[in-house]
Amino acid sequence: MQRIPSRFGVAVACVFSLAVVGCSTTSKKEQQPSDTKVTIQPNPYPSTYTPIDGQPTVITNVTILTGTGEKIENGAIYFADGKVAALGTDIDKPADAVVIDGKGKWVTPGIIDTHSHLGVYPNPSTRSHSDGNEMVNPVTAGVWAEHAVWPQDPGFGRALAGGVTSMQILPGSANLFGGRSVVLKNVPNRTMQDMKFPDAPHGLKMACGENPKRVYGEKGGPMTRMGNVAGYRQAWSDAQNYIIQWERYEREFEKGKNPKPPKRDLKLETLAGVLKGDILVHMHCYRADEMTVMMDVMKEFDYKIGTFHHAVEAYKIADKLKENNVCSAMWADWWGFKMEAYDGIRENIPLVHQAGACAIVHSDSDLGIQRLNQEAAKAWSDGRRAGIDISQADAWQWLSANPAKALGIYDQTGSLEVGKNADIVLWSGDPFSTYTQAEKVYVDGGLAYDRAKPEHWPVSDFELGQVGEGDEK
Amino acid sequence: MKLMLSLLASAVISTSVWAENIAIIGGKVHTMTQLGTMEKATILIKDGKIAQIDRDLRVPDNYRKIDASGKVITPGFVGALTTLGLVEVSMSAGVVDSSVKKAGVTKTGAALDVSYALNPDSSLVKISRVEGITSAATAISSVDTLFYGQGAVMSLGDDPLLKAHAFMKVDVGSDGAEGEGGSRAALWVALETALEEAASVEGKLNAQDDWHGMNSRADVAALKKVLSGKMPLFMQADRAADIRQVIAFKKRHPDIKVVLVHGVEAWRVAKQLAANNIPVIIDPEFNLPGGFDQLGATLANAARLEKAGVMVAIGMDTHNIRLAAQHAGNAVANGLSHEAGLASLTSAPAKILGMQDTIGSISQGKRADIVIWSGDPLEVTQAAEQVFVNGEPIKMESRQTKLRDRYLSSQKASHSQPTQYLRP
Repeated sequence: MQRIPSRFGVAVACVFSLAVVGCSTTSKKEQQPSDTKVTIQPNPYPSTYTPIDGQPTVITNVTILTGTGEKIENGAIYFADGKVAALGTDIDKPADAVVIDGKGKWVTPGIIDTHSHLGVYPNPSTRSHSDGNEMVNPVTAGVWAEHAVWPQDPGFGRALAGGVTSMQILPGSANLFGGRSVVLKNVPNRTMQDMKFPDAPHGLKMACGENPKRVYGEKGGPMTRMGNVAGYRQAWSDAQNYIIQWERYEREFEKGKNPKPPKRDLKLETLAGVLKGDILVHMHCYRADEMTVMMDVMKEFDYKIGTFHHAVEAYKIADKLKENNVCSAMWADWWGFKMEAYDGIRENIPLVHQAGACAIVHSDSDLGIQRLNQEAAKAWSDGRRAGIDISQADAWQWLSANPAKALGIYDQTGSLEVGKNADIVLWSGDPFSTYTQAEKVYVDGGLAYDRAKPEHWPVSDFELGQVGEGDEK
Repeated sequence: MKLMLSLLASAVISTSVWAENIAIIGGKVHTMTQLGTMEKATILIKDGKIAQIDRDLRVPDNYRKIDASGKVITPGFVGALTTLGLVEVSMSAGVVDSSVKKAGVTKTGAALDVSYALNPDSSLVKISRVEGITSAATAISSVDTLFYGQGAVMSLGDDPLLKAHAFMKVDVGSDGAEGEGGSRAALWVALETALEEAASVEGKLNAQDDWHGMNSRADVAALKKVLSGKMPLFMQADRAADIRQVIAFKKRHPDIKVVLVHGVEAWRVAKQLAANNIPVIIDPEFNLPGGFDQLGATLANAARLEKAGVMVAIGMDTHNIRLAAQHAGNAVANGLSHEAGLASLTSAPAKILGMQDTIGSISQGKRADIVIWSGDPLEVTQAAEQVFVNGEPIKMESRQTKLRDRYLSSQKASHSQPTQYLRP
């Protein structure tokens, strides 16, 4: 929160004390004549990300999946200054560019994982590192994952070797409202801010079903799915009220009435951000019936659910997901670890895609994130065997374009198009094969991973001086 | 025919006696024996067993011929360490037989016996077998005791028990230490003392014998099978120091058949494992330092073990034991030979379980657990097209394929009708 000078004068005296508690919002003293308007600082933990220096590079003779549903055989891609500069079968390239012969190899957009807990549930997975679930209240929309991301998690480097260039770090699913997510560039560095994706919108993690029930059933509730939904509805209603209070304040301020600003509530501030469309909802939800109820709650309170995560039963309601324009972020084949995951099928992703709904392959796993291309390959081939004929070029949208759209960063990344960020993976072959590996991974045109150069592999502080430091991982 | 089979089954006659004779012709067969891989081979299946395998075999008249040209054939995969048959839904959904809390009959856990608990109607059985898993080692995975009891080898056919008391498991890493006072200093003394106590008992303990041991009577009987080498001891450990202790244990107890389980840092002591003839069961994808016992985790684990001459088995999962082939494939992508990758799913676990004369390879006299694949089974895009369990081609159907088919037809239907009326 900060004060900005009003058009009537300049007053900054309260700026620093406000950072502590907020002098005017909590003071019971007689109100000072207010010539400044209280507003909320929208970006208090700004990104300090700087790309790795890149060289103008051309990859030639290569098979390219653009990520927009196109496949270019024997093509070339040229990138410079962090951006894709040209791609196609016949492109102009400057003489000074580094040339890589891509014969037999494939190029794709970098993989984007919309569901990761790297940094908040890092390795080593000790209790002291367990920072993903604020399991003290079912509604903790005021906590932010970015305040707990440990950038020394060796998982970032492993994911990079699997071609992951960006990811969303989410709070866990214990709570109805788990807190805000953060989108990171996968260039492991010193601080969360160093990795933070500039200008990516925040997400809000919500959770359906068994987890909140199990965690709070004997701690004051919710104990049932009824209680879950009552919890969401009450919270949204409180957030509506919160917006009204702030709007009233702003209206009265504009009228020069010297109003007292409402007490700031971090929880409601996040929820209000969703209702205003600034924060994207990522909702952990398995069952078809529950997702459908949630889409009605969404309409009741006039917000948008961006993505259902896990969505193990999305295939049952793919038509409704399409109709409501909600994405599903899914595993290829996880099932059975709890009742709400009992009806998982291998063709979930292709069935959702076939219905015209937005399908995303996600990991929710520090191992799975290392081979998301294989997850897509499984779903793709399982779909084909079931008669759902999707091209590889279309299927790659599950890994890059659709996740980028779901995270609100598609204008910058998620596909290979001229002018977009050069987030690029060079694969040793067809990435729909178990045996194919990422050879080079570029983030904003900078070479972030090179399989052939062990001396260039990222090694986290945690791994320095330990067994296996710098080993092939 | 179906009706006849079920009538016969009710008369307690093994259905396999009545099974048809089958000839699988023309496939590329990974025999997992010294014969290696045979192109365009013919496999004859009779009475549930493999009667013959060779190139250019004449197929007798009374055999049904199945053309497998262009296909790949392997033995049915053997889940190396699972809880199949013991669990339906892992969490908050009723009794899970792979988890044992307190049981009066045991003090050290050695007596626990999963052979009583196997449920062939578990949905996991069909879901796993249509993807090529035809048998599995299955055991308790959660205990409050030193030992995880006696595991079994299970068939994913109608008749689940292939071998009771097939192995015993003990965790000698951090998790094991947690359960024994929180320290390896207590854990190893407990392990040695429990075994020494069982060894000191001559013959069988009777109900009327006065007995106040750290083991219960039933525990002693189970441990005796470990001491004699009848029942392999699966020892779970990750860090190199713990694995060295396992090797030292093997030297102290040469009669005990020791198998290393999990073994994240096994590659660091690969030569010693090979020299002491200790096979390992690993998850080769495990490459993160999940704890201080796993700092050396690497995707190269399997390849480095193979290079040192250690037998490697892969497949530690339950609901998704079907992904063992992907795990092995990733080990191959990281340096394991393709042959060892296939062996890790077939002959290696069969040998570890002492079942090499029954399962894990395609040769005369073996149980006809066979899979016809669309291509290389280690490729994520390939799949099992027909699976045979005990000589019978199974219906390639599970709860999951039925759910799929219901919603495929629902998506195709021009008018919507309540889905519960749709029969796949």
